[in-house]
Amino acid sequence: MDKLRKFVWFPTPYHSVLLWLVWQILHDFSRGHMVLGAVFAIVIPWIVAPLNEKEAVAKKPIKAVMYLFRLLIDIVASNYDVAKRVLQSNRGLKPAFIAVPLDIKELLPLTIFTSSVSLTPGTVSVELSDDRTWLYVHVLHLEDEQELINLIKDRYEAPLKEIFGC
Amino acid sequence: MLSVAILIACALICCALALNTWRLIIGPTTPDRIIAVDTMYINSIALIILLGLHQGSAIYYESALLIALLGFVSTSAFCKYLLRGDIIE
Amino acid sequence: MTVFLEVVISVLLVFGSIVMLIGSIGLAKLPDYFTRLHAPTKASTLGCASILIASMIFFSVQLGHVSLKEMLISMFLLITAPVAAHMLAKAGLHYKVKMADSTKNQHLAKKAYLQQHPDDK
Repeated sequence: MDKLRKFVWFPTPYHSVLLWLVWQILHDFSRGHMVLGAVFAIVIPWIVAPLNEKEAVAKKPIKAVMYLFRLLIDIVASNYDVAKRVLQSNRGLKPAFIAVPLDIKELLPLTIFTSSVSLTPGTVSVELSDDRTWLYVHVLHLEDEQELINLIKDRYEAPLKEIFGC
Repeated sequence: MLSVAILIACALICCALALNTWRLIIGPTTPDRIIAVDTMYINSIALIILLGLHQGSAIYYESALLIALLGFVSTSAFCKYLLRGDIIE
Repeated sequence: MTVFLEVVISVLLVFGSIVMLIGSIGLAKLPDYFTRLHAPTKASTLGCASILIASMIFFSVQLGHVSLKEMLISMFLLITAPVAAHMLAKAGLHYKVKMADSTKNQHLAKKAYLQQHPDDK
């Protein structure tokens, strides 16, 4: 038997806001759907609350938004890089594997980190070691291994550590 | 001007789809073919959005959303199949 | 529709489709499986997002009210593209696809493979 939970009005406030926003976007911000969306945003978290695992919560939301915008700019920059490599000849290409040591241990920041690595600087994350200490990454064109590892750690891991406070 | 731009974009994306089909046919291994399918569905989202722009009707958006959802699920199902030899364990 | 908006939409459409074409060229011409993975994941996200933003601007002007529906698709693609790429890379590693000979640090790929198959030497 699962022990009884205490009733909470808003078990997951961020998810409620997100659900309401998505519902509004789907229905073009009409007034009736604002009410209906609010009902859904309150009732659905009650139903799914028992399924929720404890997750890391962003402690600094403004920094998280800044991180998202920087990620978007980096995506454009890395697209330019990859496009240049694609349009050049295959001869000069130096693909490589590298292993990035990890400091983050919690699941949500780790997922965001691996996704950012896949999206941005000409790299794709391939495999995570079992004890979550190494991330194996494939690089399209490697010039300097240590420099790239430092870039990844400074640019993506350090802000995430600050945002999630771990 | 807009109609010309839509035509150019359609032509470019059709070229992209042709290249994906080529990779789908020759791809030496199964994972290569999965990447080709994965890229194909994203290209087809763009093509459907362009069709909606050409006809000036906003309803094509829903089919694009459906393709995006089902495409991701099918890619992960293919990968799961390759990794475990089974989709549902 | 003003001329300015029309120019913005046309530029976004052509830019997005060129980026997607580059991604597909990369898929067709790069030498081995792992390098082929790079081009579509990055290019298709940006290309599709810019076409969707163009469509968003067009319908917002045409319908006369803000319509952000296409934004949902591009956010969804932004979230799922790296996840799909990660799964594809794992599947390729499991499948032992051939790597280009010029690939550096191949022992790391072997280590990652042993991670998936601990009893396989």
